Amino acid sequence: MLGKLAWDAIPWEQPLPLLSAAFVGLIIAGVIVWVVLAGRLPYVWREWITSVDHKRIGVMYILLALVMLLRGFSDALMMRTQQALAFNAPGFLPPEHYNQIFSAHGTIMIFFVAMPFVVGLMNYVVPLQLGVRDVAFPTLNSVGFWLTASGALLVNVSLVVGEFARTGWLAFPPLSELKYSPGVGVDYYLWSLQISGIGTLIGGVNLVTTILKTRAPGMRYTRMPIFCWTALASNLLIVASFPILTATLAMLLLDRYLDFHFFTNELGGNPMMFMNLIWLWGHPEVYILVLPAFGVYSEVVPTFSGKALFGYRSMVIATMAICVLSFTVWLHHFFTMGAGGDVNGVFGVASMLIAIPTGVKVFNWLFTMYRGRVRFSTSMHWAIGFMVTFVIGGMTGVLQAVPTADFLVHNSLFLVAHFHNVIIGSVLFGAFAGYTFWFPKAFGFSLDERLGKAAFWCWLLGFYFAFMPLYAVGLEGMTRRLQHYDQPQWHPWLLVALGGALLIFCGIILQITQLVVSIRSRESRRDLTGDVWDARSLEWATASPPPLFNFAVVPNVKTDEPYWGTKQKARELLRLEPEPEYEPIEVPRNSPTGFITAFFAVLVGFALIWHIWWLAGVGLVGAYATFVAFAWRDKVESVISAEEVARIDRPNRAARSLALEELAA
Amino acid sequence: MSAAAATFTPGFVAPAVSREATGHGDAGPAPKRVVAGFGFWIFLLSDIVMFSAFFASYAVLAGAVAGGPSAAALSDPNVVALETACLLLSSFCCGMASLAVEARKQALTQLALLATGLLGFAFLLLELREFAGLVAQGAGPSRSASLSSFFALVGCHGAHVTVGLLWIGTMMAQFYAKGFRADILRRYLCFSLFWHALDIVWVAIFSLVYLMGAHV
Repeated sequence: MLGKLAWDAIPWEQPLPLLSAAFVGLIIAGVIVWVVLAGRLPYVWREWITSVDHKRIGVMYILLALVMLLRGFSDALMMRTQQALAFNAPGFLPPEHYNQIFSAHGTIMIFFVAMPFVVGLMNYVVPLQLGVRDVAFPTLNSVGFWLTASGALLVNVSLVVGEFARTGWLAFPPLSELKYSPGVGVDYYLWSLQISGIGTLIGGVNLVTTILKTRAPGMRYTRMPIFCWTALASNLLIVASFPILTATLAMLLLDRYLDFHFFTNELGGNPMMFMNLIWLWGHPEVYILVLPAFGVYSEVVPTFSGKALFGYRSMVIATMAICVLSFTVWLHHFFTMGAGGDVNGVFGVASMLIAIPTGVKVFNWLFTMYRGRVRFSTSMHWAIGFMVTFVIGGMTGVLQAVPTADFLVHNSLFLVAHFHNVIIGSVLFGAFAGYTFWFPKAFGFSLDERLGKAAFWCWLLGFYFAFMPLYAVGLEGMTRRLQHYDQPQWHPWLLVALGGALLIFCGIILQITQLVVSIRSRESRRDLTGDVWDARSLEWATASPPPLFNFAVVPNVKTDEPYWGTKQKARELLRLEPEPEYEPIEVPRNSPTGFITAFFAVLVGFALIWHIWWLAGVGLVGAYATFVAFAWRDKVESVISAEEVARIDRPNRAARSLALEELAA
Repeated sequence: MSAAAATFTPGFVAPAVSREATGHGDAGPAPKRVVAGFGFWIFLLSDIVMFSAFFASYAVLAGAVAGGPSAAALSDPNVVALETACLLLSSFCCGMASLAVEARKQALTQLALLATGLLGFAFLLLELREFAGLVAQGAGPSRSASLSSFFALVGCHGAHVTVGLLWIGTMMAQFYAKGFRADILRRYLCFSLFWHALDIVWVAIFSLVYLMGAHV
């Protein structure tokens, strides 16, 4: 009846995961109880859970990323503590637990922190920057988000019911095959990623269509903000590479569930095919994450330098060049496979080539700052911190693109230091820059700058203390994922690394404090005009937070940087353009489809993990029924009247007029 | 407003959408029909990328028979030809259904879709029969990596056909219950794209797996 599920699936003998899960569970239960008792449930259901508004969905993606960041970071802290303690000693984490932690850390940080963070930013910002009212497929957008959240939920369930994979974040076979990983850990990994992968693909299709087909009148390709270009490149990569991940994980699932032999050691199976396939997804994935971050910097740097972006066209070309090249370098993840000098040479050169467009971008940002009036806001701190850190990480990457050099550091902590250097230094810093930059847009008040800068410095210094030592021990021969070791020369470096991790922890505490302080003092930090940073692109042309329909009147784009042009003209004439003729606006109606589909997806995933076949059937039928019910509805849109639009838009116009009057005075 | 014009109802994204808007350049957001079709094409491309991963794995593993038989050697070319005929005819019927939909003829639409579905179902039955035969001969997917990749590739296509059959049924019910409404027409556009794309994938499978495999 319940498949492999039994009481002993709950790891009673391991207090650590149980206690932490109980703690988190209590917090979640507390929030739910508070929401219900405060009578906020209808609000949460109507305005968030069933919302198909790209802005709400974007915020929920980022919320998911922030919550999962806490989970992923506590894994990191445990690993660093373990390695600091485990010199000639067992440390505090037994091997089977330690292995789950580093696997969960990687899986969570990539799939459930970095991905939702950048997807959330793109979801929120892209339609606003394109000057349109929503994404191409609003309800599918909601389905995509909730499926991503379902995957995250399953990963967290594995903490309490059963176990997580002990195979590393990419679950390489043959270790991940049934013979060597007979538990449910790998199944949790596989089904979580399959479910959230579908969500990601849906999001990718949606944003590609949005960018290519639903831009404001006059918003030609060469007028799109760079963030939209990077979002386009990133989502094209999602569309082209996530299906490979789905197929690869499906093959591993077939091996595990139906005794297929794709990647087994026997009967002709080929484990190295898994490496090739998974990295054929995995390398583009790196650029899926980093390109939107580059987009964020391309918005932040011009805004706070008071100049248009230097080299717009070269930025576009560089972005698309990276988009294409990212598919030609996957083999550099396993030069040691033994493909021979010619193959390794080709992939080595291709990997080095990517550094060229990336370098172009760095120079463009630097030249944008050059002779600009740079305002050192928190976002700008992240951007400058990124430029320094990313160049270092990029250079250690180019170093490893040389196959002969790579042989020496393959699978060492040098590699671990490198990819943390680029992922933290570019993706995460970019995400934080974007978070700080667009927070006032999303919520109508800005975040505390002093705490933001303090958090930045903790993160930056913490990063260097945590990861520079790993380069050193990597060169001294320390391989990754060691649960204990006996080399005395590694020990001091790992103690420093723990110190760095603790510094990052301070940064996270400061970020939480910043959020709490800013919310409490929000009345004094309101953004009334909707353009708090004196910025340049269309998202700043509407109120903060933007109304449901984004723009009272869809902007008609006539120039590059249309909002900057309009603003300069208004400043010259000291008045706004005359009030437009408001028209009624059709908006898509809310739908619980995404939430209900996700519910069934979790059911199916959980049932398949535990071999509860009937429940999987129930879940599939339920998901199908949900779609039919959605397809059956008759009224898909509601209309906001012209008067209502005017009523919503006028206060913002008034605030902007007032700002102009103040300027004149 | 006629049903045909309703297809071009301006999207919610902008109030003033001209019929000619393609989403490029000056005219603003494309009409919903274009957006839906375009988005579905993007999805189909991603689906074909997924198939390409299965094709690639078949290409790598086809020779890894582990001393056992290969699927292509065991399969009956006549049955495969019949399967192919069923699927291609099914696609033809789907085209007929599109014409019937364009003409807004309910009965013809239903009939053509029924034929599409029945032929697809026949294809699926023949495929399952072939699979069962292979398993009975001891040439199931567990026998070798070659057979694993064969079953996965062909089975992935079969799974798509199964989903398509569900979709046909739902589509017929929707036409019956809702008529030729703009959103239903958009959905039908996506379905027909899906069904024809499965044909293209099958032609690739037929050529690469069955025709080429028979001579290995």
